[in-house]
Amino acid sequence: MTSAAPRPFLAVSNIEVIYDHVILVLRGVSLAVAEGGIVALLGANGAGKSTTLKAISGLLRTERGEVTKGSIELHGKAIHRQDPSAVVKHGVVQVMEGRHVFEHLTVEENLLTGAYTRRNGQATRNDLDLVYHYFPRLTERRGYKAGYVSGGEQQMVAIGRALMARPTLMLLDEPSMGLAPKLVAEIYEIVARLNREEGVAVLLAEQNATMALQVAQHGYVMENGRIVLDGDAKTISQNEDIKEFYLGLTGVGQRKSYRDVKHYRRRKRWLS
Amino acid sequence: MSDDLGFFFLLISNGLLIGLMYSLIALGFVLVYKATDAINFAQGEFVMIAGFVAAGSLMVWGAPLWLAVLVAIASLVLFGFVLERLMLRKLIGRPVIAVVMATIGLASILRGVGPFTIFSGSKPLPLPIRDEPFVLGPLFIPPIQVLGAGVSLAFLAGFGWFFLKSRKGIAMRAVADNQQVAMAMGIDVERYFGVAWAMTGIVSALGGILWGNLLGVDVNLALVGFKVFPVVILGGLDSIPGAILGGLIVGIVENIAAGYIDPYVGGGTKDFAPYVLMILALMVRPYGMFGKRIIERV
Repeated sequence: MTSAAPRPFLAVSNIEVIYDHVILVLRGVSLAVAEGGIVALLGANGAGKSTTLKAISGLLRTERGEVTKGSIELHGKAIHRQDPSAVVKHGVVQVMEGRHVFEHLTVEENLLTGAYTRRNGQATRNDLDLVYHYFPRLTERRGYKAGYVSGGEQQMVAIGRALMARPTLMLLDEPSMGLAPKLVAEIYEIVARLNREEGVAVLLAEQNATMALQVAQHGYVMENGRIVLDGDAKTISQNEDIKEFYLGLTGVGQRKSYRDVKHYRRRKRWLS
Repeated sequence: MSDDLGFFFLLISNGLLIGLMYSLIALGFVLVYKATDAINFAQGEFVMIAGFVAAGSLMVWGAPLWLAVLVAIASLVLFGFVLERLMLRKLIGRPVIAVVMATIGLASILRGVGPFTIFSGSKPLPLPIRDEPFVLGPLFIPPIQVLGAGVSLAFLAGFGWFFLKSRKGIAMRAVADNQQVAMAMGIDVERYFGVAWAMTGIVSALGGILWGNLLGVDVNLALVGFKVFPVVILGGLDSIPGAILGGLIVGIVENIAAGYIDPYVGGGTKDFAPYVLMILALMVRPYGMFGKRIIERV
């Protein structure tokens, strides 16, 4: 593994994940996140990005999945056999794909559930203000049922809610999914600020590689349940294959239609 | 005031008070449905068992009233916890029909076990309140109904506050909304299922004591549970204000039916009038007046 990370506080080593005792989804995935770093996990649909995040957060087990080999360590302590609630108490919170808010709770109640594991009334109040500071739009929506606010606002609720747990590591799954480019940029800017100002490390699973590589320091590319490439964000974004598959650019820098890309031959070279 | 109008107000006032006592039992049903999505067909039997425990402690073992009340509440809470752990937790994620059948089975078992283990036949459940009704103009108000309505209102308000304002109540609604996301927030989902059943135990215990005093304690006390269905269908399966309103409507409807239609047909309309209303309600608003609508975004 490359050692761009100064002090990896999350270390995933060689994990294998099996669903329903038979379906092998991840094989030998290793990655590391440095304290206060942003790491991008890139790859197409079904590559295993979400599964990797769920393996870390422990949510895998709610979907009948299991880490059968390897280990996931946080500050050197194994967390891959713990319940999701124990993982949250260790400061690792997942923001699930698809903007899962509690639809029938108000925006503010949604945020409060994020502080569930903390039990400190005054600190919770302060953090609520902090979330409204980062997401001013939510202030005016605080009394609305979360199911009725816009998609971008729901994504803000989901991220703000995770922030309420005062995490040291946030696992962000496809924050750009289904949002207008302008909103995606807004959300990414806030994520970068949270990282800079609050010191929250982020592991970011994205299909939108352009966006993800702009904020991340390090990137991994997944395909078919394996990591096929890793390096610092700049190197990755210069990689010819990445440009072609994920950034939609050819060598000369023009946009290229996906139809013209010979997926089969290029992918085969990676996996050999 | 004319006699006719007086009679009308009498029916309404009794309907309101009895209605609140229905609301109390319906609250037990709503709590479980809200948190766990399980439909509890044994709600009436919960109430019956509570009546048996209270009357048994009072009349068979000669315990003082406060102890009997305490024993009834404690045993029903324990019963709710154990039931969730042993039976309902295994059914999480199974088709709805599995839970429905399991609770129907449970209802039959309770109807058998109650008389078998505690006492058979019928026993009164006396409470230290006077029997003569309060008379206010045309209104005759039995004290037990006032007590029942008071207890119901207190608990409805208490649980309403719990769900809206407390950390645990909000967490419980989060669990009801989306279990996986609740887990992602660090909420221990399974514990809340147990808590919901235990809360139903408290409500059922109080319902059992109040209704037991009104009707006497025997197996037929469980029939009160059937009134829960029109109440929750009218009000919404998962809504506490809905349980109050549904209870009030059912109480009024059955009193009006009994007062105005019974003299012509010889009685019995009280027992089915709420169901007529329930079926009408299902045709118009299937999620009840306050029920949670499925939010769909386009």
